[in-house]
Amino acid sequence: MAGKPRLHYFNTRGRMESIRWLLAAAGVEFEEKLIQTPEDLEKLKNDGSLMFQQVPMVEIDGMKLVQSRAILNYIAAKHNLYGKDIKERALIDMYIEGVADLIEMIMYLPMTPRDEKDAKITQIKDRTINRYLPAFEKVLKSHGQDYLVGNKLSRADIHLVELLYYVEEVDPSLLANFPLLKALKTRISNLPTVKKFLQPGSARKPLLDEKAIEEARKVFKF
Amino acid sequence: MAAKPKLCYFRGRGRMESIRWLLAAAGVEFEEEFIETREQYEKLQKDGRLLFGQVPLVEMDGMVLTQTKAILSYLAAKYDLYGKDLKERVRVDMYADGTLDLMMMIALAAFKTPGEKEENLALVVKKAKTCYFPAFEKILKDHGEDFLVGNKFSWADVQLLEAILMVEELDASVLSDFPLLKAFKTRISSIPTIKKFLQPGSQRKLPPDSHYVKTVRKVLQL
Repeated sequence: MAGKPRLHYFNTRGRMESIRWLLAAAGVEFEEKLIQTPEDLEKLKNDGSLMFQQVPMVEIDGMKLVQSRAILNYIAAKHNLYGKDIKERALIDMYIEGVADLIEMIMYLPMTPRDEKDAKITQIKDRTINRYLPAFEKVLKSHGQDYLVGNKLSRADIHLVELLYYVEEVDPSLLANFPLLKALKTRISNLPTVKKFLQPGSARKPLLDEKAIEEARKVFKF
Repeated sequence: MAAKPKLCYFRGRGRMESIRWLLAAAGVEFEEEFIETREQYEKLQKDGRLLFGQVPLVEMDGMVLTQTKAILSYLAAKYDLYGKDLKERVRVDMYADGTLDLMMMIALAAFKTPGEKEENLALVVKKAKTCYFPAFEKILKDHGEDFLVGNKFSWADVQLLEAILMVEELDASVLSDFPLLKAFKTRISSIPTIKKFLQPGSQRKLPPDSHYVKTVRKVLQL
């Protein structure tokens, strides 16, 4: 019997959080091996587990997968969350790349030098309400369906709702003028697997505060 | 009869070059529209074809596609360059993502100040020699086959060749410790569609020069 997938990453969201969301949404139980010291990371590098010497790395189905995009693609396809054909997949991919771009901006905000932070937050808010959220609201409006693609739950819905939670953390008022996105967020959040993941005590990681980043910086020297 | 794919981007490599390579490798003829002015770009954004207001843009098979990775995955799947099953596909994805990361570092370096640019490019060569190329040399060594995945030509092979040539432009000796990659380079370059693309006069673009950087900066208001 196949073991549970095992995730190797730091005890943070970073580039692993979307993978945690997707596995959880797909109802897949997983284990986590947290990297807590530089020695932990060195060990992984030295034993040949990391193809490009980087994490995330996920042990799944007898493979050691790296590159978060490759990992997400595999999980989505395996669990039927990737559309019904290559055209639907292209649409899903287009949407999720946009989601990933904004998630990356938000995710790396804590690493922004203090004197650049305000400008960065302004940019994030601007992109959120002028570039990304309007695009997705328009997609939902154009077909009037409950899900972004093909009238069926796909990874696009999961990744977008993950993003909406982060947007809310930046500033809840950003969602104010996007009724269809708010409805999607509620709908997806009520799916049993997602609802469970949103409970305290799940594998979902919290927002990093300044103190936690300072500590991580000291430990990992970056 | 299907129309040719139509590419819209700057007259240079940037984020479109891997798409040109993949189309060419698959033997697919394509047309290109080049963005040269801010007005052109604003018109594109206004007419609603750019989902997130960004290029690359590829119009094909009745779809208006943006987001580089979405386009590349679609092409790989359509032209049977994505492995034979999910496990092969994840390997193609891992390898392609890795090489894309490396090539993006080179593309972005062109937009830094001269000192930073030199530093970044030196880092790219170092990463290629110590991290990426050893990983691919090992893959070829471990299975002893002609292609990276499944003993069959795939998107991963196209991207690796593209990456090798790009890094060689920075340091011609970069493959000196990688005999299998040298043989791989010769072998893949000889594939008729690729050989044709490597000839002068093809749609392959030149490395970014100051004119290209100036145009992009002007159009994107960077």
